Amino acid sequence: MAPVQAQALPITPESNIVPEKVRDGIDLQINGEHYRHTGDPQMPLLWYLRDVLRLTGTKYGSEHGESGTDLVLVDGKAVSAITQPLQKLAGRQIVTVEGLAGNDGTLHPVQQAFIDEDAIGCGYCTPGWLIAAVDLLQRKPHAGDDDIDRLPNLCRCGCQTRVRRAIKRVAAGKAGKP
Amino acid sequence: MSDERILAGDNHGIRLSRRRFLQVIAGTAGALVVGIRLADAADAPLPPGMLGDTFHDLGAYVRIDADGNVLIGARDPDTGTGVATSLPRIIADELDADWTRVSVVPLGLGVANDNGQPRWIYGRQIGGVGGSVPAAWNDLRQVGAVARWLLLQAAARRLGVPGDQLRCDAGVVISRDGRRLTYGELASDAGKIALPANVPPLKRPADYRLIGNSIGDVNAHDIVTGLTRYAIDEHYADALVAVLAHCPWPDGELAHMDATATLAVKGVVKVLRLKPEPGREWGTTVIAPAVAVLAEDTWSALQGRQKLKLEWKPGASASESSNALEQQASALLAGKNEPTTRVRDDGDVDTAGKKAARRLSATYVQPWQAHATAEPMNCLVRLDKDHASLIVPTQAPQKAWAVVQRLTGLGPAQIDIKVPRVGGGYGRRLDHDYVAEAVLLAQAVDKPVRLLWTREQDLAHDYYRSGSVHQLSVILDRKRQLLGWTQRMASASALAHRNVPDSRLWTSELQADQLPAALVPNYRSDWHALTSAVPRGPARGMPHLSNAFAVESFIDEIAHSMKEDPLVTHLRMLGEPRELALTSGGSFDTGRLANVLKLVADRIEWKNWLRTVNGLGIACWHVDGAYVAHAIEVAMQGEKLIIQRVVCAVDVGRVINPLGLEGQVAGATLDALSSALNLAITFKDGQIQQHGFKDYPLASMAQLPNDVEVITVPDDRAPAGASFLAMPTAAPALANAVFRASAVRVRRLPLMKELLRLL
Repeated sequence: MAPVQAQALPITPESNIVPEKVRDGIDLQINGEHYRHTGDPQMPLLWYLRDVLRLTGTKYGSEHGESGTDLVLVDGKAVSAITQPLQKLAGRQIVTVEGLAGNDGTLHPVQQAFIDEDAIGCGYCTPGWLIAAVDLLQRKPHAGDDDIDRLPNLCRCGCQTRVRRAIKRVAAGKAGKP
Repeated sequence: MSDERILAGDNHGIRLSRRRFLQVIAGTAGALVVGIRLADAADAPLPPGMLGDTFHDLGAYVRIDADGNVLIGARDPDTGTGVATSLPRIIADELDADWTRVSVVPLGLGVANDNGQPRWIYGRQIGGVGGSVPAAWNDLRQVGAVARWLLLQAAARRLGVPGDQLRCDAGVVISRDGRRLTYGELASDAGKIALPANVPPLKRPADYRLIGNSIGDVNAHDIVTGLTRYAIDEHYADALVAVLAHCPWPDGELAHMDATATLAVKGVVKVLRLKPEPGREWGTTVIAPAVAVLAEDTWSALQGRQKLKLEWKPGASASESSNALEQQASALLAGKNEPTTRVRDDGDVDTAGKKAARRLSATYVQPWQAHATAEPMNCLVRLDKDHASLIVPTQAPQKAWAVVQRLTGLGPAQIDIKVPRVGGGYGRRLDHDYVAEAVLLAQAVDKPVRLLWTREQDLAHDYYRSGSVHQLSVILDRKRQLLGWTQRMASASALAHRNVPDSRLWTSELQADQLPAALVPNYRSDWHALTSAVPRGPARGMPHLSNAFAVESFIDEIAHSMKEDPLVTHLRMLGEPRELALTSGGSFDTGRLANVLKLVADRIEWKNWLRTVNGLGIACWHVDGAYVAHAIEVAMQGEKLIIQRVVCAVDVGRVINPLGLEGQVAGATLDALSSALNLAITFKDGQIQQHGFKDYPLASMAQLPNDVEVITVPDDRAPAGASFLAMPTAAPALANAVFRASAVRVRRLPLMKELLRLL
């Protein structure tokens, strides 16, 4: 078991609830919201997101995350959610596809670029591509073809050429422009 | 359920009685609702002239609300083919709707009770087989035309002018003197007008505003924000999650089970056994014996499954291997064995050989393949005493219905099947073994069940595409004309164990009309059946994919043997532009095929085909009145194959959504390249040897070309399907390019493995 987080959570003006200082469970921060998981600490993040929080944008694709459909950002880095037991994630900042857009609904430039390039096949693998692209562009804002070649995601519909265009659109600073 | 049906998703809250739906009337809150289908005698009858031949049992619909919002139902499951966008566009254009006010809702299965038999009220409902747009072109335009006519009549009465002095434009009716009424303002009145005696005239193509103009996927915003719910994302609070451990052999059985440790896992509720129903055709019952672990959540179920101690007893299939089957196929083709079916026999290939100036033969081998859909098999089912509700990722909801109906015995309209967007189909979801599993489990536990397959199961328990061996031989005369052509193919039919007569089993394996049939005076194609207990079923691009690889590779080899440019060989083979009758009905326009071939050749600068150090390859094919050609440029860097350029030209008749078509063509190209480069299913002792994407490696971003250049031929003929059109020619164009770059002729797929062996 991970050591229990004894630190108090920041109190937002909206929720004036003071958390207890000592509790069981794992504190998680997902898309800016705070959650506490008191179940099996070995539960992979993927099933916590999908079954418990009902955040279903992160998709199950394979046992070990090889397909990239279950990528999420953990402290800004793209990782496969099925490979991450919750106990490893205490205190880490997790962002799923549902958390990419701003609170006012403004799309992330990568999301907008995927729409602009119609970079969608069946759409099932799209959230994973988005997370991988956001991760890449954070590391390399002007990512080129060689960088895009290293993305781990798989897609049977064949959206890769359109995904490539979408990422290059953002890298060229043209997201949201015709 | 009684007469009431829910016509759209719950979140839209549209519930109309069947009677009101049938009449074109004011719907709730002043809405105009138009649905067209054969009316019951008790309902306000639709004039027979209005129904026409294509209208029987059809109920595609459009709804215009008083606030001007337009809701259009999409009847076919969208597996990534874009039909949720293109079908509503067809209706919306005929309606002259303002597209910015249109919302699209998936219709789910439309079934009514017709004296105990199902009546399919939306007509054809199948996705991902290339028929959605052609079918919609025949019937959905008229739905839009009727709604538009009613709105015009309402405006005519309101404004006191004849209807023919009014025009419609983007959701507004405009009179000659400039008075304007919005569709929303007219919807209520329009709903009270009786239907016309005949279908109002359809628009002239010159007046299309949406058809032919590009639009992105209607679900794009929800998809990129993670809000789109696939069936796998759906949930009932009281549903149990079911995961399965399947027997490695479809004909095996459970010898021993110890579930003690499984039942000790927190959250695990029950362990159950599943068995295929004996004698049932493939795709309608459980695919193999299985043990199901039902739990309160997915993680508990998966952990429970891991702790199962199972011993399986092999069936007869345990003696099978893919290698042995291939040897069996080669042996069948090596001798003078009689074929299972002589598919086509034009002229006399036996005597044609007397005039031969040149003969050539080659054998092409292709592997078994899996579907590997992005969204694994799953199904959510709730069974009540007199009702079943399912959310199913299916390409064919009517077939899913049949499975549920048989297992539950419920009446036709007591079964509600919703089909959200589907995470890829490729033919896998024309079968419903997973629906049978979910229903049987829900019956056993008396609770809703959410079934989930893992990727390993998905690869190990599929209705595969059979491997095949194609033996081709050609006879050429002195003028390099094709005098005789023989194709002998051996494969295990995808239609076996599916109540298809033996005489028709070949139809999933090859086509009587495929190239170069009808272009060669003496032409014969034979099919030899292999038998196997490894399940097979429909697969994207079948049977064109394997045949185009063999035929178009062979034509390239013929050209090479004559020291000729393969483009020249192709064009000579196609001859003068003309229409040739197909045995399946319809025609094959050699000019249209030659045209797409020339287009890709021009774009890739084919004239340099021998001068470039890179390799160039071309291939062409025709599919049900649609035409496709690929030109591919590759470079070899040592053992590394780089696909530098891919050009694809298609002629599909009228294009509904150019951007959508481009996506389908590029996507099908990449899918075909990925399959040809890497993918093979093998089995030994009857067990599939691929367990995940590590051994069934879909192509990585780096392996695929950076771009696919798509050329669309402008054409105003009725649209043909395009969902897999661009698949057949990609692999042969690639192999032909590889030959030019490396001097290695790859006659066996997957290509990379064979290329590395031969280099």
